[in-house]
Amino acid sequence: MITRRGLLEGAAKIALAAGSAAPAAISAKAKELPDFLSPLLPSGTREEAVLDALPGKKPLIKLTYRPPNYETPVFYFRSAITPNDAFFVRYHLAGIEAVDAKTWTLNIGGEGASGRAQLGLADLKKLPAFEVTAVCQCAGNRRGLLHPHVAGVQWSYGAMGCARWKGARLKDVLELAGLRKEAVEIVFEGADGPVLAQTPDFAKSIPVSKALDETTLIAYEMNGEPLPHWNGFPARIVVPGWTATYWVKHVSQITAVTKPFDGYWMKNAYRIPAGRFPVADQFLSQESASNAPITEIVVNSLITSPFDGTRVHRHRKTAIDGIAWDGGSGIRAVEISIDGGKSWKEAKLGDDLGRFAFRPFSFDFVPRKHGRLVVAARATNRSGQTQTQEAIENPAGYNNNVIHTITLDAV
Amino acid sequence: MRWTGIVAAAALIPAAVCADEMPVRLKEAPGISIVEGRCGACHSLDYIVMNSRFLDGGNWEAEVTKMIKAYGAPIETEDAKAIVDYLKKNYGE
Repeated sequence: MITRRGLLEGAAKIALAAGSAAPAAISAKAKELPDFLSPLLPSGTREEAVLDALPGKKPLIKLTYRPPNYETPVFYFRSAITPNDAFFVRYHLAGIEAVDAKTWTLNIGGEGASGRAQLGLADLKKLPAFEVTAVCQCAGNRRGLLHPHVAGVQWSYGAMGCARWKGARLKDVLELAGLRKEAVEIVFEGADGPVLAQTPDFAKSIPVSKALDETTLIAYEMNGEPLPHWNGFPARIVVPGWTATYWVKHVSQITAVTKPFDGYWMKNAYRIPAGRFPVADQFLSQESASNAPITEIVVNSLITSPFDGTRVHRHRKTAIDGIAWDGGSGIRAVEISIDGGKSWKEAKLGDDLGRFAFRPFSFDFVPRKHGRLVVAARATNRSGQTQTQEAIENPAGYNNNVIHTITLDAV
Repeated sequence: MRWTGIVAAAALIPAAVCADEMPVRLKEAPGISIVEGRCGACHSLDYIVMNSRFLDGGNWEAEVTKMIKAYGAPIETEDAKAIVDYLKKNYGE
């Protein structure tokens, strides 16, 4: 039987395997498990979460077993590309069938198309292939860190990842079925589904303009490998810049519609209050007077090293490393504060893997005094948007881009 | 009986692609068997513990109502009331 202690020892091992000293917070002591999870999380989340490996995956932070919701531990974000076997897993409904690549088919049609098309995986791969490096981030990433807490999957920092996605352009696939000018939205459905027939199946739509964007793909490769089952094998929709809710996994049906799609997962879920967030990419056909569907990823950053609570030495160089990302404007600057936000200095940006990717940053400083240092990172994108001090309230707890803060102990 | 239908549907998910689900132990209290049976038919019970302890009685009632109205969970009024009572007492704010 797997015990918490066993899982914890696993955590210490992966930390070592990742080439980093195992931080105190994930040492092999069961009582220290809560320290591995943010103290901002609900107490019940901290009691229930464990490190657990899904088949083919590294041990990730298990929030729920069925449907599986597993987040990526922060140390994997020390690399700008998230490994496939450490990439987060998020499902809404538990009817998840294995998909056979040989028999899988993708059907394209709908009243917004003049014809229909059916593609197998080999057909999809025959179309011109394109690659994009992009962040896939759950709309609810960091929900669990909000105060007051709101109901939902209590994610901390790891409901996201950045990968090199390769596939056919969605626009090329739509062309095979003859997209009509009357089409307003493109609807995606996956091979997975609900447990009960009466539960609304997971289906999402995007505006035609976004569907025709050259970066919107039907991806069959992730970091040069087939997609892991848990990340949408054999093919998933990739909508760079937009939150992961639109990146439908195991995609099997693409429908061009001439009226706004009224499925539950569009009309009732993934909505944000109208006008409360700075949004560049609106989804007008889905907006109501009071709310709108969530669209692009808000600018954000994460300190990946050192971990919160780490001891550092006076008069010795200390490096603050991390990543920053946004919905596709690209990162202009990351500033670091070592005095709890009173003053800020610019960090050095690392390799630019494209405007949709994680952008590494690094900042060196030498602690001069004994005691507690409150270190924060704040990213600004090329549109001038930056992170917030306090979360912008919204019922489902989306778009949390509150400045990430850690505490270091200088000795 | 409808109830057996739900269990059968859950059992149809191929074991090979299911997570190796560890049993989630909820607090022993009146109503637990209804919660385990009804809620556990569609999702693991860690959903409940994860969402504690910050929801009040009204919030838990809203969650159960959402499961019935939005997700189509076939739960009769009497059972729904027992589930809300259990969640409020054992996993409430």
